[in-house]
Amino acid sequence: MRHLLKLSLAFMALSTAVQAQNLIPDSRSGGKLLLTGGVSTVEGSGGGGIATWATITGYGEEDGIGANAHATFVDLPDYEFRTAGVAVGLWDRVELSIARQEFDTGNTGALLGLGQGFTFTQDVFGAKVRLTGDAVYDQDRWMPQIAVGVQHKVNDQGVIIAAVGGRDHEGTEVYVAATKLFLAQSLLVNGTVRWTNANQTGLLGFGGDANDEHEAQFEGSVGWLVSRNLVIGAEYRTKPDNLSFAEEEDWFDLYAAWAVNKHFSITAAWAALGSIATFEDQRGLYISLQAGF
Amino acid sequence: MIRMLSLTAMLAVATPVVAQDPAHMPGEEAVDPYSVADANAGAQPFAGTEMFDAFHGQAGIDRIVDRMLDRSAADPRTAGIFVATDMIRLRRTLKEQFCYVLGGPCAYTGRSMKDAHDDIGLQPADMGALVEHLQTAMEEEGVPFHTQNRFLAKLAPMRRDIVTR
Ligand code: HEM
Repeated sequence: MRHLLKLSLAFMALSTAVQAQNLIPDSRSGGKLLLTGGVSTVEGSGGGGIATWATITGYGEEDGIGANAHATFVDLPDYEFRTAGVAVGLWDRVELSIARQEFDTGNTGALLGLGQGFTFTQDVFGAKVRLTGDAVYDQDRWMPQIAVGVQHKVNDQGVIIAAVGGRDHEGTEVYVAATKLFLAQSLLVNGTVRWTNANQTGLLGFGGDANDEHEAQFEGSVGWLVSRNLVIGAEYRTKPDNLSFAEEEDWFDLYAAWAVNKHFSITAAWAALGSIATFEDQRGLYISLQAGF
Repeated sequence: MIRMLSLTAMLAVATPVVAQDPAHMPGEEAVDPYSVADANAGAQPFAGTEMFDAFHGQAGIDRIVDRMLDRSAADPRTAGIFVATDMIRLRRTLKEQFCYVLGGPCAYTGRSMKDAHDDIGLQPADMGALVEHLQTAMEEEGVPFHTQNRFLAKLAPMRRDIVTR
């Protein structure tokens, strides 16, 4: 009798273990479809180029993780803007990213009185959580994929930032992003609201003599799927205008993102970044490379 | 000609008038009884025959389903899932389902997506793998990319019933 009890207990334990095993999926990377993890923004988060999306970066689905590294280069008439960073996506739920941005004033630095080749360097630490929805698979609902995120930015040029009227060399922004793929139309739409007081996304510091408050700004992307590995589209981003010495304008770009495979993508864009530190019409070529899984 | 027609009519009478029970089809393993309904297909069909034609009718759908399943069964990521599967039934019901959803002249006689998948224990990456093979099969059939996406948009929500862990 005792034997039987032991045996049945052992059997019960075994079957619970088997059941539990069945509930925990094997960790597998690469579960997402090509391009559906987005590319890397200039701030290091997953999204488009200048707009952050609700997607979790990389190719991991709920049963896997993804990670990538990126390098971006924007060639403007009077400046050069470079970003490099790494990001991980955990079980399509959490995204962590870090990026270093360099805003190189080149020859313009001398004209601004900063010195030839003067460079603002900013580190961006980002975290994003997907709250609800599935941008790709929820094709029978209007509900988009929704995520919230935070970006903490630290700029290394506090003295210059203060000299031009900036209030701080570091700042924190929070955002809510909604992303939806209208698959039957092959159309991707994203809208994000960001609470920020950053000047030129923080490259010129945070807050200013004209305004120091955080305010809601919008960033949006549309993309049209041309083929399995090519998406073309446009992005728009509004920005505060906190510094009285120089007018700040909205950003805009037209882009094409091409995924060679799930490990490598190239994004090219024509970016119009408006007036930056009194130098007007900063438009130029944007190139971004991303490698990961 | 008339004689042939009457012969077919006689044969039709000779075979049972009741349609073959789709849970016990000859050449297929029996499955637990279920109620047959087009709603089991899990999606509203497209109106008109535009989509069915774009997939090259039943012949095109047959090629797409066969290629998708051949690839999925050969793919190390998902091969294990199909080892114990009655592929004859799976091919038949999938072809019916695709035909029905694409607006073709078919009825779907298979089980609901929940019924068919709830014991398999599929995970998200399995779904991605299968969709990739379907995309390749549609590409090989010459179905235009944006037409493929219209069809995939019908299948995508089924993931909620298919992926169980
Ligand atoms: C949109 C995606 C999918 C659709 C439309 C679909 C459709 C179907 C259909 C129509 C059946 C047959 C139902 C019946 O026998 O009555 C079936 C069964 C099955 N499916 Fe799927 N399926 C999908 C996703 C998947 C995935 C991702 C896998 C695994 C990689 C999978 C594996 C199977 C297996 C193994 C069976 C046989 C189950 C059994 O014999 O008990 N399916 N599916």
